[in-house]
Amino acid sequence: MCLGIPGRIAEMDTDAELASGIVDFGGVKREVCLAYVADEVEIGDYVIVHVGFAIAKVDEQEAERTFEILREMDQLDELQASGEVAAERSLGQPRVEDQ
Amino acid sequence: MPPTTVTVDFARLRPSISMEGSPLAQGPNCPIPLTDQERIQLAHGSGGKLSATLVRDRFLPHFSNEALTKLTDAAVVEVDAGRIAISTDSFVVQPLEFPGGDIGSLAVHGTLNDIAMMGAEPLYLSAAFVLEEGLLLETVDLIVASMAKAARAASVPIVCGDTKVVERGKADGVFINTTGIGKLDPDFAPTPEKAAVHDAIIVSGPVGRHGIAVMAAREGLKLEVEVESDAATLYPLVAKLRESAGANVHVLRDPTRGGLASALNEIAGSAGVGVELEEHSLPIPGPVNAACELLGFDPLYVANEGILLAFVDQSACDGALEALRSHPLGAEAAVIGRVVTQHAGLVTLRTAIGSTRIVDMLPGDQLPRIC
Amino acid sequence: MKYLSEYRDGTIARSLVQKIKHTASRPWVLMEVCGGQTHTIVKQGIDQLLDGAVEMIHGPGCPVCVTPLEQIDRALHMASRPNLIFTSFGDMLRVPGSDGDLFQVRARGGDVRVVYSPLDALEIAKQNPEREVVFFAVGFETTAPANAMAVLQAHRLGIRNFSVLVSHVTVPPAIGAILDAPDNRVQALLAAGHVCTIMGWAEYEPLAVRYRVPIVVTGFEPLDILEGILMAVAQLENGRHEVENQYVRSVRRDGNRLARDSVSKVFEVVNRQWRGIGEIPLSGLGLRDEFAEFDAERKFGLREITAIEPQECRAGDVLRGRLKPNECPAFGSRCKPEHPLGAPMVSSEGACAAYYGYGRFRATTAVD
Repeated sequence: MCLGIPGRIAEMDTDAELASGIVDFGGVKREVCLAYVADEVEIGDYVIVHVGFAIAKVDEQEAERTFEILREMDQLDELQASGEVAAERSLGQPRVEDQ
Repeated sequence: MPPTTVTVDFARLRPSISMEGSPLAQGPNCPIPLTDQERIQLAHGSGGKLSATLVRDRFLPHFSNEALTKLTDAAVVEVDAGRIAISTDSFVVQPLEFPGGDIGSLAVHGTLNDIAMMGAEPLYLSAAFVLEEGLLLETVDLIVASMAKAARAASVPIVCGDTKVVERGKADGVFINTTGIGKLDPDFAPTPEKAAVHDAIIVSGPVGRHGIAVMAAREGLKLEVEVESDAATLYPLVAKLRESAGANVHVLRDPTRGGLASALNEIAGSAGVGVELEEHSLPIPGPVNAACELLGFDPLYVANEGILLAFVDQSACDGALEALRSHPLGAEAAVIGRVVTQHAGLVTLRTAIGSTRIVDMLPGDQLPRIC
Repeated sequence: MKYLSEYRDGTIARSLVQKIKHTASRPWVLMEVCGGQTHTIVKQGIDQLLDGAVEMIHGPGCPVCVTPLEQIDRALHMASRPNLIFTSFGDMLRVPGSDGDLFQVRARGGDVRVVYSPLDALEIAKQNPEREVVFFAVGFETTAPANAMAVLQAHRLGIRNFSVLVSHVTVPPAIGAILDAPDNRVQALLAAGHVCTIMGWAEYEPLAVRYRVPIVVTGFEPLDILEGILMAVAQLENGRHEVENQYVRSVRRDGNRLARDSVSKVFEVVNRQWRGIGEIPLSGLGLRDEFAEFDAERKFGLREITAIEPQECRAGDVLRGRLKPNECPAFGSRCKPEHPLGAPMVSSEGACAAYYGYGRFRATTAVD
């Protein structure tokens, strides 16, 4: 379900038969299997790691954008804001079939 | 740990026991292969020549002090008349070596700290070893040297000891027991019963380093962590606290196994007071936090070996903090909570988002989880 | 920690709580599906802060809790065999089977080892060629790709002494079962963010339509949960029932295709027993015949096993959200983490363990 922790790719070994790398979680490093994100990541990217596997690349742009909305929340009218948050989120979502 | 009464058994280390005719007494013709002479053998614990050699060549050079070198059945030392504190602890950590220490230094610091938490000045230590057959002598050297270094740094001699050897498979490398004696100060005797409402609860340094360092060093989890065990002798900090706050220091405790949560629960329970912690005040180093997130651990339950908890009267809090921070070991001392009138016997935490939850004792160790 | 710590910001959290309180015109009933989300809600006191503005019901998303008793018994049986190394995620070690748990097997001499990753279990098999190594492959869709990779690697490298004891379950059928129940009170769902990281959210769209419930794919940190709740409540207030994604930093509509491909290669959909709930058709994953040699059940001839659950355990009702843990008569007395009657009291994701551990039964919880 479950414990998926974001970390930064510090090293990558895509030549290995099973793509792997070292992910830095902030002072803790571990070898992580990158097979499920291999085509989309490079060193410095953030990934979500579950049981030693990177299961997604963190979409940093989306993360920044949506966090901004949260941060600005204090400045908007409360009642209005909840509707706007929902609306902005739906508008911002990429509606694509393929990644 | 509270002081315990202990009976110490000392091995007879008489080099004069005759080993004539025994294969161990033979020289270069000895049938034991050369490699085995680099390892602990059962004979090392039998009280005979090999035992004597072990003590003489591997222990004495490191632990040397007058009381020990006499090698009498019991060490004779000077103590002031009156009450003394005694504490004993056994150490069974795996792996034997980890970033920042080893089972040896841990065994020294651990018992010295138990004495110090009584407000007592540690005076003497004993060290008993149960060695597993097959343990590398090189490892013994490392451990003994480490113990000696730790004891010397604390100015506490190891005055007596014992060595036994058990068969392969019966001792996880080595088990060490240390017993310590300390001099009590009648005017400075912190105990849980003295905990008072509105006391400030201070932690002397960053939380969770030892447990994470040891966990990371274990084979299974393959974590590389930028954190070392904090194992250290805490008496200098206790001395600082005594100097600055005296009888206003109500409780002292080193939060070892079970972490802050267990230590605070024990104090809250035995003192019948409530404890409230502030999550945002807890000094948790980044790597400890990251390792805990990865494994699903709570830093409040992770073992520490080089920090202390102090319950200090609120009037003496600022002075106590300053005193701790004036020593390198206490540089990051912080107030993490207070004693409250409500929920006697329970520990609560006010979270960063403003809610409150109970911090309970765990039934056992934390286990790495997936969910 | 980047992309984690900022989602614990106290000021923004309190702001979100206020917004939820102002937006909700009535106490809507929401269910968070994942055990990890339950853990955050209880540990961070989110339900406490919401103070009745909405009601959170805890869902069955704890793979440890729902692993069938028979599977635990198989695990205990295998772990007790001489010359066999039984490897598992840590959560499983204290789950009670019919007769004890894996910890007790270890105390009796079984070689039971905790691993962080299924690939570590495979490594143990490589290093111990003369012994059998079994890995307890438990989890939802999040963990299936990792377990699949271990099997694929074992196959590719010809590692014959490795096998997996499979107990995989999938979320959508369970949601269907919950929403189908005649006494269902759930009006909106927070879907599991890491399950959807793998699966995407397309399969939730028919559920939202059929049951007319908003489904918000949500993360695991306090701000994620609160934002997810706010989005669900906003939909409810506006009479909408769509799938939305709160956890944008990790989830895309199409999920992780590479991961799903691995899972399809190795596993097939099967019927599964959910401990405490019963059988939910087509809600589990089993190893395909091509990988039978890696199926511990088939390898060790353990297909037939009957298990007896203690009568008193109300895990099923708790997992279906019908009962709050502290409403169970055995809670905190005959059932505690030290002597649990069922899995939800043991697993750190279990609702019962969360309630007990974070103090939801003591007379004095709220201090201010």
